[in-house]
Amino acid sequence: MSLKLKAMTGLKKKLLLPDMSTTTTRNINNEIVEAFHQSKFDVAKEYRNKALAFFEKTGLPAVKQEEYRFTPIAKSLEKNFDWSVIQSKSAIESIEEFLIPNLDANILVFVNGKYSESHSTIISPESEVKIKTLNAAFKTDSEVFAPYFDKILNPESDPFAAMNSALWQDGLLIHVPANTHVSKPIFILHLNDAGNSQVISQTKILGILEKGSQLSVIEKFDSRGTHSVFHNFSEEWIVKEKSHLEYCKVQNDAGKSYQVANTIIHQSDNSLLNTFTLTLNGELVRNNLNIIIDGENCESHFYGLYLLNGNTLGDNHTVVDHKKPNSFSNEMYKGIMDGNSKGVFNGKIFVRPHAQKTNAFQSNRNILVSDSATVNTKPQLEIWADDVKCSHGCTSGQLDEEALFYLRSRGIAEPIAKAMLLYAFASEVLTPIKNETLKSYLDNLIAERLQKNF
Amino acid sequence: MLTIKNLHAKVGEKAILNGIDLKVNAGEVHAIMGPNGSGKSTLASVLAGREDFEVTNGEVDFLGKNLLELDPEDRAREGIFMAFQYPVEIPGVSTINFMKTALNQIREYRGQQALDAVSFLQLMKEKMKLVEINQSLLSRSLNEGFSGGEKKRNEIFQMAMLEPKLAILDETDSGLDIDALRIVANGVNKLRNKNNATIVVTHYQRLLDYIVPDYVHVLYNGKIVKSGSKELALELEAKGYDWIKKEVAVA
Repeated sequence: MSLKLKAMTGLKKKLLLPDMSTTTTRNINNEIVEAFHQSKFDVAKEYRNKALAFFEKTGLPAVKQEEYRFTPIAKSLEKNFDWSVIQSKSAIESIEEFLIPNLDANILVFVNGKYSESHSTIISPESEVKIKTLNAAFKTDSEVFAPYFDKILNPESDPFAAMNSALWQDGLLIHVPANTHVSKPIFILHLNDAGNSQVISQTKILGILEKGSQLSVIEKFDSRGTHSVFHNFSEEWIVKEKSHLEYCKVQNDAGKSYQVANTIIHQSDNSLLNTFTLTLNGELVRNNLNIIIDGENCESHFYGLYLLNGNTLGDNHTVVDHKKPNSFSNEMYKGIMDGNSKGVFNGKIFVRPHAQKTNAFQSNRNILVSDSATVNTKPQLEIWADDVKCSHGCTSGQLDEEALFYLRSRGIAEPIAKAMLLYAFASEVLTPIKNETLKSYLDNLIAERLQKNF
Repeated sequence: MLTIKNLHAKVGEKAILNGIDLKVNAGEVHAIMGPNGSGKSTLASVLAGREDFEVTNGEVDFLGKNLLELDPEDRAREGIFMAFQYPVEIPGVSTINFMKTALNQIREYRGQQALDAVSFLQLMKEKMKLVEINQSLLSRSLNEGFSGGEKKRNEIFQMAMLEPKLAILDETDSGLDIDALRIVANGVNKLRNKNNATIVVTHYQRLLDYIVPDYVHVLYNGKIVKSGSKELALELEAKGYDWIKKEVAVA
């Protein structure tokens, strides 16, 4: 097998090289494939080869591709990244500034795509939750994850998912045994340090909540340094019968950071899901959040907030797929765009023929604060069942002038009145968050961004 | 206190105020009446600083300051308060937080220290009694889901909190049943003193049974066409606005 692989590699190189020398424009897809062949992977070779084969067929999404119409990520990657560069090591010594103050949690840290044992602290006993790196899990726990790995999140569903499945460097397996409540949240810090050179990180998480279990996960994405960062992230969460997952994501990358996150959550009967996604910073952030409701009497709440400024492009593509009857989903995403920022929201609701008595609600509301900010919002409902309750609504506009005048007429200065209204608009999405420490941290982030100082 | 001279204002290309003259002294209550579309609410809005209207001529002096040059927030800080005809619903902002921010902004402008939480709460409780409003309502999002009466009571509560020198009540009686009207009017009356003044903008006479004016002015086609004592309001109630329209046509 390994011999055969090498032979193939050689062949590819021959095919690629003339291609690159005869044209002046680079071909990023070839560079990515080449990076794959130059990498040495310990585990998951079959999965990787399969995903690569798919990636070779499709390549990165072109702008004309509907799913990436507003998000020219292939162009950005071509312009800002050299896939042949060998990454320098991170110089980060302390992660203190990236943590959530006073949050009593398990802390798992990735730096530049590698799990950092020295920065991580696991406080929950193994009887509550098993946490392993994917590289280690592949050697010892294959029976645990084999039924799900690259199956729930099909690499062929998205070019970035395919790239991730081929090229992932490191990752985690998080496994909660049946009927277990993990008492402390799991905080995962994805840190990219581009202080010395560009960084390309590809990481992957597989989380499994066995029957009747409960877990709270907080993922935070940060970066520092002046060079470019590309983080291609994939995760799969399996929420089995009567399980409960609380999921919160904070995207607060600094500087020239590009991120694509493919998240898929699979729910079985009587499970409960709460997700919250906060996007603040980065050059480009693309979230694909897919929720598969593959059970009856499930409840899913997914909330999102994007507060964008500068040149940030924040793109949330969400899908909720009702496959079984009698479940409920409620989606609320809100955005405030300032500066030259650009918001994109695309929300799909599928209700399959068998999924009678489904309740599915979606709303997306946007406020444009500056004249040069834009937003593209698109709800898509595909309903095959006939006995369902579904609603959707999206709005985009400026701040309500009448409300602004009302506040000012009581003596409140215009900038403060604006901040009050924006804060009130934004903070509504924090309502479902139960962890008070997390909630007050998020509340502060929002207040700070909206310059609320009253 | 307030001197309006030859005030003209338009919205878009449409002239609405066509030369208003009005003088209001401390301790006085003035009623502005008039048929629909006569410019009553526009006058109130122009005084409060609503930017939809463009002042094309005239001047407004308020306690020695050129009112028209001030931003809406500075007018409030100088002592002007308009009770809205349609108070705005603002989800996510509680009346309590709103008032705390407003009051402290006004105090800061006047060089006073911000009120601490205890003093604020004390003040609030005292003012709540005036308009018979309870705290649970004030803890809720501003006006969201309030009944018509609750919204108007909230306006008078805000007025009580901010203690303006000149209060402008814009159609405060609209949408109120008789009990709510009485509560609102009682609140206004309790706030009256020799140092402040009130302008009551209304279509009907009934509010003036409760808030008794010193002067009544009739606005028609953007001008004050008749002024008189409180008896003028009764005459209007009896004869209707057509009487005024005919008088103007004859003149």
